[in-house]
Amino acid sequence: MNTMTAKELDMDYSKYDFKDSTEIYVYLSKKGLSRGTVEEISKMKGEPDWMRDFRLRSFDVFNSKPMPNWGGDLSHIDFQNIYYYAKAAEKQSKSWDDVPESVRNTFEKLGIPEAERKFLAGVGAQYESEVVYHNLREDLEKQGVIFLDTDTAVKKFPDLVKKHFGKVIPPEDNKFAALNSAVWSGGSFIYVPPNVKVDLPLQAYFRINAQNIGQFERTLIIADEGADVHYIEGCTAPVYSTESLHSAVVELVAKRGAKIRYTTIQNWSKDVYNLVTKRAYAYENASVEWIDGNLGSKLTMKYPGVYMLGKNAHAEIVSVAFAGDSQHQDAGAKVVHLAPNTTSRVTSKSVSKDSGRTTYRGLLHVAKGAYGVKSNVRCDALLLDEFSRTDTYPYVEVNEEDATITHEATVGKIGDEQIFYLMSRGYSESDALSMIIGGFMEPFTKELPMEYAVELNRLVKMEMEGSVG
Amino acid sequence: MSFLTIKDLNVNIDDKKILNGVNLEVNKGEVHAIMGLNGSGKSTLANVLLGHPRYSVTSGDILVNDESIVDLKTDERAKKGLFLGFQYPTEVSGVGYSHFLRNAYNLLSKSLGEEQKDREVFITVKEFHEYLKRNLDNVGLDPSFLSRYLNEGFSGGEKKRSEVMQMLVLRPNLAILDEPDSGLDIDAVKAVAEAINKLIETGAGVIVITHYARILRYLNKLDKVHVMSKGKIIKTAGKELSEELESKGYAWLGLSDDTK
Repeated sequence: MNTMTAKELDMDYSKYDFKDSTEIYVYLSKKGLSRGTVEEISKMKGEPDWMRDFRLRSFDVFNSKPMPNWGGDLSHIDFQNIYYYAKAAEKQSKSWDDVPESVRNTFEKLGIPEAERKFLAGVGAQYESEVVYHNLREDLEKQGVIFLDTDTAVKKFPDLVKKHFGKVIPPEDNKFAALNSAVWSGGSFIYVPPNVKVDLPLQAYFRINAQNIGQFERTLIIADEGADVHYIEGCTAPVYSTESLHSAVVELVAKRGAKIRYTTIQNWSKDVYNLVTKRAYAYENASVEWIDGNLGSKLTMKYPGVYMLGKNAHAEIVSVAFAGDSQHQDAGAKVVHLAPNTTSRVTSKSVSKDSGRTTYRGLLHVAKGAYGVKSNVRCDALLLDEFSRTDTYPYVEVNEEDATITHEATVGKIGDEQIFYLMSRGYSESDALSMIIGGFMEPFTKELPMEYAVELNRLVKMEMEGSVG
Repeated sequence: MSFLTIKDLNVNIDDKKILNGVNLEVNKGEVHAIMGLNGSGKSTLANVLLGHPRYSVTSGDILVNDESIVDLKTDERAKKGLFLGFQYPTEVSGVGYSHFLRNAYNLLSKSLGEEQKDREVFITVKEFHEYLKRNLDNVGLDPSFLSRYLNEGFSGGEKKRSEVMQMLVLRPNLAILDEPDSGLDIDAVKAVAEAINKLIETGAGVIVITHYARILRYLNKLDKVHVMSKGKIIKTAGKELSEELESKGYAWLGLSDDTK
């Protein structure tokens, strides 16, 4: 009976599907990408020469690299039909009152100011290309925590930024990292001084508003020795009939004994290409956790990675992917063990329905000399109907014999017995289905702050259309 | 008018006839036992009463309070106060046990609350947890079950205790228990029987499906014992029938294992 209703289930995107007029925009670039576009963006931002040169070098790299011929279907991306830079507000504000009204309303509808009051230590809000609001709790500022948009950081802390920018993910890494490096704008820069523990999460919210916008934020987080920080990002966009492109680069540096947790709830509308490169360096005794939720987008290609460079470093990657009609989530994880006694755990959960497609693509690498490595990879896929598809591509390269590696992969369907059991206790069929799916995703959900877990469950709480008739 | 009336019920599974004209009436407050060999149709009957999608009713009827329920979905039957204690409860990973029961309780209260005047209303999660803890204690389960996932990693005995615990918590009008005693040691059988006795005190009816007289001896009340064979009830009598079957075996009724 589950196959029948699974087709009728859908995610409720109405909360995120609203559009603001672009009339108030301070600046909207011409469509298309050229050397001139890159120079224009750099000029608008009044950047130092080193950054301008970095962009131009990246643009050459971008041009020299072919489109990837693996992963999802990228053939419909038209780089000349995209706006590479759009600015909706004259300046960035530290108070929501100073943010232009329509933009402020957008973030209020998304619940960001409320969340900030309730349970966040700092918030950045990016609208199209620029961060329009940024604020950090005062006591953290006093402790030396830096939480800025990356553009401001380039100007205020050039040495710190220059030291790490593009080092974890160089432009040469892949075509989309090169694209981001050429045209990047916005994103967060975080520095946490030694032994400072940021008790509540810092959050950034990314919103695409107009049609055919490319959003290329650039995030760099540095947790100094013994520091601890949790960063959350959320992303949404209104629904259009033509595609937008979101291509971010996120670099994390966890120094000795530091801990970084990076949580993503990606809920782009189903016309956004989401092609993101995320990677962390974890030094001795450091721990990096990617908590990565992919619900939206047309195509996501994203494989958060952790390079363990110091002994006893730990990587934890927990991800969930949900693919509905015409969606492809090509996601996974890279754990690269370059030092002894490093440990990693990868937990991937995916749900496909209605001809949606999920792919797990993972790399587990143990370098020569990295003895005593322990790694556990688990990927579970759930198929809700016979039209959906899931694939698993685990790449394992182990160069030390004493590594302890476990890899488990399962593909399942929701059993009639489970639905019958729940229905016999009074649950409707659709409630039973969403409860089972919610349970399947629980290893991910339980890692989220409560408010986000509730929102995620609401999103996955499925509507059975046709239940009346 | 009985609470539950089964009229000449014929049921197929994949075009194979499996129930063959079952007639049965059970009222609230009554306790019935259904006995029989493996393959006689006992479990089928239990599942059909709750509308398991694998089975199709080809003729006959099932009535609750004089209204046919054969076209109702499983959850709608639960909302009429039917409860099935599963022989092999399925595990549902990641679904919190107490969360699952609290939602179920509230869902059922919407339809059963009016009729069950003494049905409790729990405003807070904490109140409901106290209620759950009392019931866990009733069946000899540890309060730590509150934080476990539904049936996941439960032992066979824990699953059986958990099923009757859920029954006590949800307070049905009629509980159908499919072999609640199979595979249990004597202490567990007693605990399950005590739970059934507690439910009887609420005025609910109970159908116990079992192979053995043992669990029935611990029940404070047993109105009728039915014997099923080849998809129908072939004999009905009082409590003494279960003892007679226990001492003489099914061969006494001229029956041999229906699965052979």
